[in-house]
Amino acid sequence: MSDATYAGRTVAVDPEGFFVDPEQWTDEMAPEIAAEVGIGELTDRHWQVIKFMRHEYEQRGAGPTVRVLGRTSGVSIKELYELFPKGPAKLAARIAGIPKPRGCI
Amino acid sequence: MTRRVLILGGGTGGTLVANRLRRMFTPEQLDVVVVDLDDRHIYQPGLLFVPFGRARPSDLVRSRTRQLRPGVDFRRAEIDQVDLEGDLVALRDGSTLGYDALVVATGASLMPEETEGLTGPGWGAKAHTFYSLEGAASLGVALSRFERGRLVVNVVDMPIKCPVAPLEFAFLADWFLTRKGIRHLVDITFVTSLDGAFTKEVCNRELSSLLEAKRIEVVTEFNTGQVDSAGGRLVSYDGREVGFDLAVVVPLHGGASYVNRSPGLGDDLGFVPTDESTLQSKASPNIFVVGDATDLMASKAGSVAHFEGEILVHNLARFLDGQPPDASFDGHTNCFIESGFGKALLIDFNYQVDPVTGRFPAQWGLPLLKESRLNHLGKLAFESIYWNLLLPGRDIPTVPTAMPLTGKHLVAVTG
Repeated sequence: MSDATYAGRTVAVDPEGFFVDPEQWTDEMAPEIAAEVGIGELTDRHWQVIKFMRHEYEQRGAGPTVRVLGRTSGVSIKELYELFPKGPAKLAARIAGIPKPRGCI
Repeated sequence: MTRRVLILGGGTGGTLVANRLRRMFTPEQLDVVVVDLDDRHIYQPGLLFVPFGRARPSDLVRSRTRQLRPGVDFRRAEIDQVDLEGDLVALRDGSTLGYDALVVATGASLMPEETEGLTGPGWGAKAHTFYSLEGAASLGVALSRFERGRLVVNVVDMPIKCPVAPLEFAFLADWFLTRKGIRHLVDITFVTSLDGAFTKEVCNRELSSLLEAKRIEVVTEFNTGQVDSAGGRLVSYDGREVGFDLAVVVPLHGGASYVNRSPGLGDDLGFVPTDESTLQSKASPNIFVVGDATDLMASKAGSVAHFEGEILVHNLARFLDGQPPDASFDGHTNCFIESGFGKALLIDFNYQVDPVTGRFPAQWGLPLLKESRLNHLGKLAFESIYWNLLLPGRDIPTVPTAMPLTGKHLVAVTG
């Protein structure tokens, strides 16, 4: 557990940088987190996914997987990889200030 | 008045729940009805051994009805949908069945059509699966002809049935090719959507060193978008490629198709949102869910269905009696991991406690997370336990429903 500072506020994050308390997240923090993970500018498409991640987390208590995102967010899996290269579910979760999606076992 | 429990699915979970209920209630008290599409019960853990010539497909199949106690009514039919409001299940033949309580036990289905290249012409040229009886048999033929090149084992995405099976396949391939004297002519690569060979930390460490010792390369965070069977390559959504001469692919899984035709019952993938403790559907207190059909953070494995069975039947009986549920499932999972050369590992864990080293079910027991001959014999013995104790809904001597802590070297207790 450690701290990070986004938009001038100190928040608690886990060793991989995911928010421990999603309540601490605000919209203004998203661009700074995105920059940290190598995403330059957040477009409307990015925001559609980020908002969807927040919504899903609030509804279900966990972030969706890439597969569920591709089916339900209105953004195809291919585009998700263009928006959030390498790992859309993980990167979008981190930028949206929700915990790392748990892999199924 | 006689009440009715309707069980959808006559696989592992449905069968053991039906048999437990039949023992608990007289036919005057309760109708127990099981619905399934066919009368073929497959011993799924045996599929892994088919491609290596260690199990014959026909030996893995028995009649579903023969596994049910006398007095359990079996209906062979396709399910159309569940009407949660009316407590009714519509069947494709046009008839309906009412229920006082419903048990969803229709497991997980393979969905190869969701990945480009896993169906249609060309599929089966160089790419196979062992997650179906037919697939395991045709992979066996391909493997017996395979002489050199790159063998790829690919898990498209989670969740899948028996999450350790793809790793076991890679271990057994190493053993099989070594015994044939051609291991040095083959590269084995394990390609996964996860960020490690396995999700659980201590387990991942142990399995990773085992993979390394067996010279099995691991490619992580690979989200397969296309399987080009004829061209011999996996292509990920982010444009990476892994070439192969023979690919063993585990397709995406989803719930049974009627789940998504039943308003309010399932999630986006067709699994049923389930209370992790009471095993009731989140949609309705008179719907219970067992085995692979749930959306629980527990493995989709026979051992889980077995442990859930006792809890579910207890809570279902309380429900019929007008009482609130008071038994609680802890997420207990127990899996043998075959590692080749006559050895296997054993893992035992639950929602809170990750797989660790130690012994199961106590100090005198089987070694956990460690290769041993004893575990391999345990895995082989499980087939008989499955047909003779697990499906009849009996407890397995010395294996408790609640995960035992004694014997475990606890390092990671969370939650």
